[in-house]
Amino acid sequence: MAGSTLASATVSAAAPRPRIGPWQEAWRRFRKHRLAVISTGVLGALILAVVIGPLVWTLPIDEIDFSAQLQGPSWAHPLGTDDLGQDLLARILYGGRISLAVGFAAMAVAIFVGVLVGAIAGMAGGAVDAALMWLTDLFLSLPQLPLLLLIIYLFRDTLTALVGLELGVFIMVVAVIGGFRWMPAARLVRAQFLSLREKEFVEAARALGASRPRLVLRHILPNALGPVIVAASIDVAAAIIAESTLSFLGLGFPPDVPTWGRLLFDAKDNLDFAPHWALFPGAAIFLTVLSINYIGDGLRDALDPRRIISA
Amino acid sequence: MYEDDLRQMIGRVQRGMLSRRGFVKRMAALGLTAPMATQLLAITGAAPAAAQTSSAYRPTRRGGGGQLKILYWQASTLLNPHFGSGTTNQDASRVFYEPLAGWNTDGTLHPILAAEVPSIENRGLTEDGRSVTWKLKRGVKWHDGQDFSADDVVFNWEYAKNPAVAAVTSGSYRDVNVVKVDDYTVRVEFNQPTPFWADAFVAAVGGIIPKHLFKDYAGANARDAPTNLRPVGTSAYKFVSFAPGDNLRAELNPNYHLDNRPYFDTLEIKGGGDAVSAARAVLQTGDYDYAWNMQVEDAILKRLEAAGRGKVNIVDGGGIEFVQLNCTDPNQEVDGERSSIKTEHPAFRDPAVRQAMALLIDRNALEQFIYGRGGPATANFLNNPPRFRSPNMRWEFSIQKANDVLDAAGWARGGDGIRAKNGVRLKFLFQTSVNAPRQRTQAIYKQAAQRAGIELELKSVTASVFFSSDVANPDTYTKLYADMQMYTTTMPQADPERFMNQYTSAEVSSKANNWQGRNIVRWRNAEYDRIFSEAQGELDPVKRAALFIRMNDLVVSSNHIIPLVKRPTVSASLNTLHPVLSAWDGTTWLLSDWWRDA
Repeated sequence: MAGSTLASATVSAAAPRPRIGPWQEAWRRFRKHRLAVISTGVLGALILAVVIGPLVWTLPIDEIDFSAQLQGPSWAHPLGTDDLGQDLLARILYGGRISLAVGFAAMAVAIFVGVLVGAIAGMAGGAVDAALMWLTDLFLSLPQLPLLLLIIYLFRDTLTALVGLELGVFIMVVAVIGGFRWMPAARLVRAQFLSLREKEFVEAARALGASRPRLVLRHILPNALGPVIVAASIDVAAAIIAESTLSFLGLGFPPDVPTWGRLLFDAKDNLDFAPHWALFPGAAIFLTVLSINYIGDGLRDALDPRRIISA
Repeated sequence: MYEDDLRQMIGRVQRGMLSRRGFVKRMAALGLTAPMATQLLAITGAAPAAAQTSSAYRPTRRGGGGQLKILYWQASTLLNPHFGSGTTNQDASRVFYEPLAGWNTDGTLHPILAAEVPSIENRGLTEDGRSVTWKLKRGVKWHDGQDFSADDVVFNWEYAKNPAVAAVTSGSYRDVNVVKVDDYTVRVEFNQPTPFWADAFVAAVGGIIPKHLFKDYAGANARDAPTNLRPVGTSAYKFVSFAPGDNLRAELNPNYHLDNRPYFDTLEIKGGGDAVSAARAVLQTGDYDYAWNMQVEDAILKRLEAAGRGKVNIVDGGGIEFVQLNCTDPNQEVDGERSSIKTEHPAFRDPAVRQAMALLIDRNALEQFIYGRGGPATANFLNNPPRFRSPNMRWEFSIQKANDVLDAAGWARGGDGIRAKNGVRLKFLFQTSVNAPRQRTQAIYKQAAQRAGIELELKSVTASVFFSSDVANPDTYTKLYADMQMYTTTMPQADPERFMNQYTSAEVSSKANNWQGRNIVRWRNAEYDRIFSEAQGELDPVKRAALFIRMNDLVVSSNHIIPLVKRPTVSASLNTLHPVLSAWDGTTWLLSDWWRDA
């Protein structure tokens, strides 16, 4: 645009071009990623369903009805029933709240810690950098499962006594999963910081007298976020799966809380003659993970100002 | 009717007018099972308690059978019969260690390290029921080549009864005296007339460990013995390798004391996984020869059986799936231990709450929809042999009645629908092992309880932790750090004495005995203790049965124990395999006689 200066003087009174902020620009770019837009719709629908679904579909999640064991989809039970005749739609909607909440919250914890550690290491350099990277390596080399068991044995009772069972388990699961998944994000962010802080635009900002926090927050971080967002989207999926692993070991939510992972676990023995039981929660996890990944893709494109997107 | 008829009939057997089999048959018609009937004959000297044949073993030479692969979805963690809490450890120890005798499924004794089963005629038993003399088999060698002798047997008694050793088998040994008569004869002496003499050195508690390898570890250091993990026994298969919690390998013992046995060259017992995959590995894919304890919904088993490769073996015994309502408070710590007998459970001390809990489980649904062939509903804790089965207990499922009982006892519903009284809320932690039928049962129980204003918080612990004998772990079933729990307990003998001792006060599981006591629910009742010790000395089989029935009634009507369904042993095997199974002994009790169609 800057080069096209041949505008006629006669139209100088034309309305000024609307100023496009960086967020509007990002949205404009994001819209061009077709799959990301569709995925946003799908994820939005899923979130909406689990948030308001249980208000609309009011069948209880634990109503046992032996006359309706292992039924396929029908009008009474749109997604069929499990081996106790419990309605799967109600269970999936309810379990989705927990699975999604665990997924996003654990992701937030992991990314927050990861960005913090990575940013400090990348900006500070020297001894601080080395120490933080040692810490990261230390966490990467810890055997996760035994440590998880230890943490849960140590703190489960205190925490559940403090805030009640479900919330206690929620905090614990989120902290544990988030606390063990921040390392890749920290490394990514540090690498980005190391290269970005030497870039001309950063030097320019520094020359203009920008303070260190301003440099980090306004100039470097937004440019480093692309890969972090992709990592975050993968983390959501991993957290949903990790939660089901913990439930399986008897360490996560109680066995009667139908998280998606738990539903899959319960269904696996009946896979060959009641496939619907596993397919629907499986599809829910699949759609969530896939759409989050596409949205992550779209966001990376949209938020990377250096990337050229063809119209 | 009873006593006179019985004596007359025994007399006819003695005079040869009635065959032993005829006697057992008639007894069965009177509700007396084969095990007890044969014991009866043995004690009165009319017949040996041993059966003529235990198995139809056909191979004519040792070895050549290739590999035998057995799946145990709960893996064993140690290989000492005196420390094996839980069936898996007992069965794994039994692969290497043999007792003097084991139990056939018809309830008769099968001599293994004994030359013969003691009876009145061979002067193994005395009329007063105060001693048993075992003649040992000669020429038996330990796997390391040393000779097996009476010294080993006596050593096992000293070892197991020593409180410093903290053996789980101590109950069978601490009240008897064992005397070495000569190198191949030992005498077990009792303080009082003992009707059930086949306890010490028999079946699961009877595995004989070698004196020469354990004598330096017969005290507080017993757990450190290297041989605990590298067994040297007398059995048909000798040790190759063991990964605790994973797999166990053994190979043919070329010097085994029975001809033509064993059939298989090597043996692998793979542990871990879950019951359904184990069932698939045998019935569907045929990867394994035998899978233990098919705790799988019957519908799934039936579908797998349809593949035609294998079959499901159902052997009715004394196993029972039941719920325990903790007598002590799991949330209060006393002297470094929770669920201490110095405390009392705040809610379950009220009989009304326990009665309501017993009314809230729908056993019919469990049998019909979950366990199928593998779990007929029952109201009794002691179900077999049938002569010990109480006719007095009934079970009922009624949410309405439970509500009435709780209302009458003053447990009022709070704002959240949960009943409370004097600040005690009816909210219980209900734990069990990870296992699909158990989680279904938990769900069914929880729903019914909810309708009666009781909240159950469910917890499932992976089986290898729940049933482990790990003293450091708070989630084991013997610790019972929960308000209630559910599991199956099995009855390893055809006599209920060792089964019913799990509710005597002396057996209370506590920190003091490393949680090895068998009374896990920590129920204590003076009348029960008295009747139990009376039954131990009662030689009259009819009176004795009545005492055991009374014990069952006492513990069941306390409602601290809620029997759910009987658990016959259900296992899966390939159609070509001929396992020798017994309702009254462990799976591996006669591994030497297993064989396969060529």
